[in-house]
Amino acid sequence: MPRPSQGAGGLALSALDDSVLDYSVPDYGVQDDSAQDDSAQGDSGQDDSAQGDSGQDDDDPPRGAPGPAAPSVTRPRPPERPGRGRRALLAGRRAVRAVAALLLLAAVWEILPRLEVVDPTFLPPLSEVLLAWAELLRSGELADHAGASLARSLAGFGLAIALAVPLGLLIGWYRPVAQFLGPVLELFRNTAALALLPVFVLILGLGETSKVSIILYACAWPILLNTVAGVKGVDPLLIKSATSMGLKPYRLFQKVILPAAVPTIFTGVRLAGAYSILVLVAAEMVGAKAGLGYLINYAQFNFRVPDMYAGIITISALGLLFNLLLVRLERRFSTWRTT
Amino acid sequence: MKIELLDVTKEFPVRDSGTPFTALSGVSLSVASGEFLTLVGPSGCGKSTLLDLLTGLATPTRGEIRLDGVPVTGPGLDRGIVFQQYALFPWRTALANVEFGLEAKAVPRRERRELAGHYLDLVGLTGFAERYPHELSGGMRQRVAIARSLAYDPAVLLMDEPFAALDAQTRESLQEELLRIWQATGKTVVFITHGIDEAVYLGQRVAVMTPAPGRIREVVEVSFDSREGDLRGTARFGEYRHAIWSLLREEAVPVA
Repeated sequence: MPRPSQGAGGLALSALDDSVLDYSVPDYGVQDDSAQDDSAQGDSGQDDSAQGDSGQDDDDPPRGAPGPAAPSVTRPRPPERPGRGRRALLAGRRAVRAVAALLLLAAVWEILPRLEVVDPTFLPPLSEVLLAWAELLRSGELADHAGASLARSLAGFGLAIALAVPLGLLIGWYRPVAQFLGPVLELFRNTAALALLPVFVLILGLGETSKVSIILYACAWPILLNTVAGVKGVDPLLIKSATSMGLKPYRLFQKVILPAAVPTIFTGVRLAGAYSILVLVAAEMVGAKAGLGYLINYAQFNFRVPDMYAGIITISALGLLFNLLLVRLERRFSTWRTT
Repeated sequence: MKIELLDVTKEFPVRDSGTPFTALSGVSLSVASGEFLTLVGPSGCGKSTLLDLLTGLATPTRGEIRLDGVPVTGPGLDRGIVFQQYALFPWRTALANVEFGLEAKAVPRRERRELAGHYLDLVGLTGFAERYPHELSGGMRQRVAIARSLAYDPAVLLMDEPFAALDAQTRESLQEELLRIWQATGKTVVFITHGIDEAVYLGQRVAVMTPAPGRIREVVEVSFDSREGDLRGTARFGEYRHAIWSLLREEAVPVA
């Protein structure tokens, strides 16, 4: 099957896949799941191998579609393919469904405070929050806070990757290291990261060091544990197969263990990405002078309630984007893990 | 002799027990260069242990295994192995899988591509070079695995029930192809199976193994005047099958 094209985003992507499939199995019409991928694979491969390649590019559909003019009259075209229009319609319908809940939430947020079902002092209508958000954006305040937050998140996240991946590889590969570090790891991973925040502040002070450190700490765990699991989870048969070809341990590690573990490692990285944003806010509520967490906390203190919500919206949007990015990246690195 | 097993015994320590488990006991066998030998026996008769020993992934407790007269001390590219479960690297395309052994052999990149392409052609997978294993059927995956083992040109091909996971039709066509490939390449093949038919169909000689402890009970010479047509339906084939079946049967039903 053509590697699920990563180009388009979630919704558009699946719609596109359906239409690609439509060419090989026209009678099924458009189906929602990828179940027929398998059936299209098998030995009947020859015919779809050609279009397998062309299907990789998002923007030029495999033959059909607009194309050059001069339609040949002779052959009746095999069952109608979804043209651009129908495809767009499908994607559109899906998008509507996905956005519906969000719109509903927005409407509820707008209407309930206006009807004073909830106290607008504590939960101002969404429109007011958005106005406050626009004002923060205009004044540049938002960018400053978001920038400070992102810098901390990315620093902690990046350092966590740099430290936890090699350590995880080491633990996963060398049994003695695992046996030695096992109990300590078990102890620490069951200690909530935020419970240690005061300790970090105590030792590293209120500055950037302690904030980046706590993010690093929180991010390191999922990466470390997934890396260890990834290395340990490599199919022993693959190791046997490579060993039988006389691969030395170093080459075995490089050519088999590492590539086999990459998807699992990436799952850890994606989780860590979420943690980096989650922990960030808490870290910034203690002794920060900038950052979205600080903004939220500070706004609440000064009863700038719309600003507080604006900060919250920003941080959730940030988390969402970051996660989306990492999911995309993860998918790219684990296309083969479909068995 | 290409391969010689001299009174090979393999024991495994058993947890919570002083006496070890004997997987193979006093196995002696020799395989001539270019020969196709099949090893048939029920599961647990030590077939796979024997293969591990030949591979060099395990060492015999007693006895010796020689390859071209030199004792086997570890795995090497002079022997290629094909596993029942294919053991393809799922993150590599068919072509890259075939190249794997060549990389281990430090063949230059361009030559690697050419060789890998050539062996994919040999196993009938022209045009599937860029497919990933999950995009191939079981039979095609096993073809890739065979191509991978042939590509680095080992003198001996060791096959551990390679067709056991395939459906009957695919199995038969792969058996035919394997014979064709064997004739084309002149490799020495040791083929392990639990299927009597498969053993008779493929082997020039069939080594019949019996369990507890694993021994070679007898080596049956197999030859047909002609392999044309429905070989499995001939009387000769039936005789071989019955003879081997009886050998296996006698062991399976111990004295009452």
